[in-house]
Amino acid sequence: MKDIKRDKPDPNKYMNPYLAGILLGIVIIAAFFFSGEGLGGSGAYKDMVKASVVKVAPEYAADASYFEEAAKAELSPMKSWLVFEVLGMVLGGVVSGAFAGRLKLKLEHSPNITSRTRIIFAILGGIFFGVGSQLGRGCTSGAGLSGMAVMSLSGFIAAGAIFGGGYLFAYFFRKLWI
Amino acid sequence: MAPIFEFTSEWNLLAALVIGFAFGWVLERAGFSTSRKLAGVFYGYDFVVIKVFFTAAVTAALGLFLLNQMGLLYFDEVWMPNTFLLPTIVGGVIMGIGFIMGGFCPGTSVPAAAIGKIDAMLFIGGMVIGIYFYSFTYEWIWEDLRNSTNLGKVKMGELLGIGEGLAIFVFIVIALGTFWLVDTIKKKFKIEDVNY
Repeated sequence: MKDIKRDKPDPNKYMNPYLAGILLGIVIIAAFFFSGEGLGGSGAYKDMVKASVVKVAPEYAADASYFEEAAKAELSPMKSWLVFEVLGMVLGGVVSGAFAGRLKLKLEHSPNITSRTRIIFAILGGIFFGVGSQLGRGCTSGAGLSGMAVMSLSGFIAAGAIFGGGYLFAYFFRKLWI
Repeated sequence: MAPIFEFTSEWNLLAALVIGFAFGWVLERAGFSTSRKLAGVFYGYDFVVIKVFFTAAVTAALGLFLLNQMGLLYFDEVWMPNTFLLPTIVGGVIMGIGFIMGGFCPGTSVPAAAIGKIDAMLFIGGMVIGIYFYSFTYEWIWEDLRNSTNLGKVKMGELLGIGEGLAIFVFIVIALGTFWLVDTIKKKFKIEDVNY
């Protein structure tokens, strides 16, 4: 993998963060207004994991307390709001990236670490996020942002714990990033 | 009035697609499709995450509050989470570790993978592995903790003993204070930008 391209910082490269925040806020309002739902990032994968286990091992699923409900409801990922939302996110990401000239296959990492290190920690980070989001009933967007949007204590605790946890452990992983 | 669509209707799935499109578009456009920009929040070289996250939360809280005041949306008819104190804290800290290792969160990894970031695709793969692991160990490890310390539906206004509107006002002031603080920190400690 080649070194990361070092362009001059371009102020127009990304949207103003406050404008992006306001637009994102409006998207959240729309989600609640039209669908009664908050936004989510991890829920779609949970729905697919549950559906896959119910499909492959229906007897196990009917007996295990984690899958029980999904087994009874005959949950189909083709009817999941969160799965459709994530499909929409893929399209939205591609369109934005295409207009900004950012569609490019690349493994991004700090020049101080190897691609191998980045690969290992990207997967590990995903595993931790997968487990944490199930225990915490949602991720940064589902538990944190959407919870804060309805001024629920849960949302503030989730966001505080996620960012707090990041700051708490940032020192140990600094070589990955700086 | 709201929610407009019945939850299981096909219209609602179409709405999910459109809302997801806007969500993915904004995240990509704000620069959330690069892990190095996201991780900047933890080292002080880029605070875009804090700025977008807080602005979005404040905007949404204010907008939903106003819709409620106008009688267009009732909070008992839309998603409103119970507060499970302990599992939310423990789960959150586990997610925080995942964030600092992986450089993404589940939401941001989607548009990142969509524009070709291989590290984001691997992160998503890891997430699916993590969810399978959690699912199959649920009864042994997680079930008791996950269902513990349920405080019910607690809203910030009630908790602080102030009105909902005032709670949102306080939230806005805290958000503005945070924006000022992070810019001051970056200037004061002369933290250099990182190119990506």
